[in-house]
Amino acid sequence: MGTLLGNLDIFATGFTNTVILFVFSAVFALILGTLVGAMRVAPVGAIRATGAVYVNLVRNTPLTLLMFFFAFGYPKLGLPNVDYTTLAIIALSIYTATYVAEVIRAGVNTVPVGQAEAARAIGLPFGQTMSLVILPQAFRAVIPPMMSVFIALLKNTTIAAGFSVAEAGTIRANLSERGEPALVVLLWVAFFFVLLVGLLSLLQRYFEKKWSVAR
Amino acid sequence: MECGTVTSVLYDVPGPKSRARNRVIGVITIIMVVAILGYIVVKFWETGQFSAQKWSFFSFPLVEQGIIQATGRTLHAFALGAVLSLILGLILALGRLSDHAWLRIPCTAFIEFFRAVPLLIVMMIMYYGLPPMGLTFVTPLVAVVTGLTLYNGSVLAEVFRAGVRSLPRGQSESAYAIGLRKYQVMSMILLPQATRAMLPVIISQLVVILKDTALGFIVTYQELLYLAKLYGSNLQYGSPIIPVTIVVGGIYIGLCLVLSGIANLIERRLKRRGNPTRVVPADIPWVPARSSL
Repeated sequence: MGTLLGNLDIFATGFTNTVILFVFSAVFALILGTLVGAMRVAPVGAIRATGAVYVNLVRNTPLTLLMFFFAFGYPKLGLPNVDYTTLAIIALSIYTATYVAEVIRAGVNTVPVGQAEAARAIGLPFGQTMSLVILPQAFRAVIPPMMSVFIALLKNTTIAAGFSVAEAGTIRANLSERGEPALVVLLWVAFFFVLLVGLLSLLQRYFEKKWSVAR
Repeated sequence: MECGTVTSVLYDVPGPKSRARNRVIGVITIIMVVAILGYIVVKFWETGQFSAQKWSFFSFPLVEQGIIQATGRTLHAFALGAVLSLILGLILALGRLSDHAWLRIPCTAFIEFFRAVPLLIVMMIMYYGLPPMGLTFVTPLVAVVTGLTLYNGSVLAEVFRAGVRSLPRGQSESAYAIGLRKYQVMSMILLPQATRAMLPVIISQLVVILKDTALGFIVTYQELLYLAKLYGSNLQYGSPIIPVTIVVGGIYIGLCLVLSGIANLIERRLKRRGNPTRVVPADIPWVPARSSL
């Protein structure tokens, strides 16, 4: 307990940065992922192929490798200077977007075919079929797996610790300078992650109950 | 395009006019993709990432040997992690499915704990936390493999459990009815079917293990990325970090693609033969592997 209370400042900054990484990456991953998910069901072959290649390639790339490239490779390319936190957010978003895309695609496919057929039969065009009939139903099916993607994202933010981003994963390195036992510090970090993940799972269960539909 | 799914009925079969329009959109897409890729290549070119100085680095036998050895270490950690996770996953799944609360509750707690803690933190606990406590046998390899095993074992336990629970009740009921014991029902009737049903998910979890060996880089396990960092800072060859990352990344992605390809192959084969339990991973989307990045 002393380890935690004596170093609240470092724990607080660490987890604040983790939450910042999490929120920004979640928003960008959601936007990019929705876009890619839409690309994968597009009527144009080239767009579908682009989406498929992106998803399959990035899903088979370790996140650590992506971060490695952005942290060490990007600064050598003579592009505008960006700090490590932003680079970590870019890597996390690119990586997580592939999972978001797959969740959305799977969600759309859980809607019974009859719904789309009926919508088309009464003359709704593509846009209205999607926005009035399919997406509101897909949304419910998407929430629980989407929360799992976000839980994974929260845990993945720790990888940024290896690439000069001062978040929860670096608390140990900071506190070893103050002579705190590494094991105790890390167990506290683990404890807070269990809390945060627990919170997200509770949210997941709440939404699941609130929006579940009988089929 | 898949048949019988919503995505196949969202729009009409395109007529001549929309086919022409789609062709235009397709060409525009290709141009945009080429432009983005071209921009990256030009940036690489401008900053001399393709210069002979940086790439001649790879012509040394010692460098090539180093890359092969590092690939071997990555695969070593992967193989150990995969086998141990499967064993641990099976044990935990059996524990969680047990009728005895004193077995079920600790197993459940174990699974939930290790699924919630980031894998990297587990590795750090092993690598930084334990040696000061007198446990000096913890090398980076031990830390990486233990981390991989604890996390993926917990995830795989949930996969096995989902597989067993997806089986029709009649399977265990009839097994009991013909007089099999509890462990016989599990080992002869339920687990073989569950494993078969969940094979694609299990293999995609193996891809996750392979990907996660890259975390070893952060706890100084000398795998591919560690080597990339080491070679990349070689000043004599103009710090070829990008060429090295391209090579190492290619190896990683190649290995993962091969494993994913096997998973897809098995999934397709199972589907063709007709799966008695009708388990598609979509039925259990948020518990097991495909969602656990």
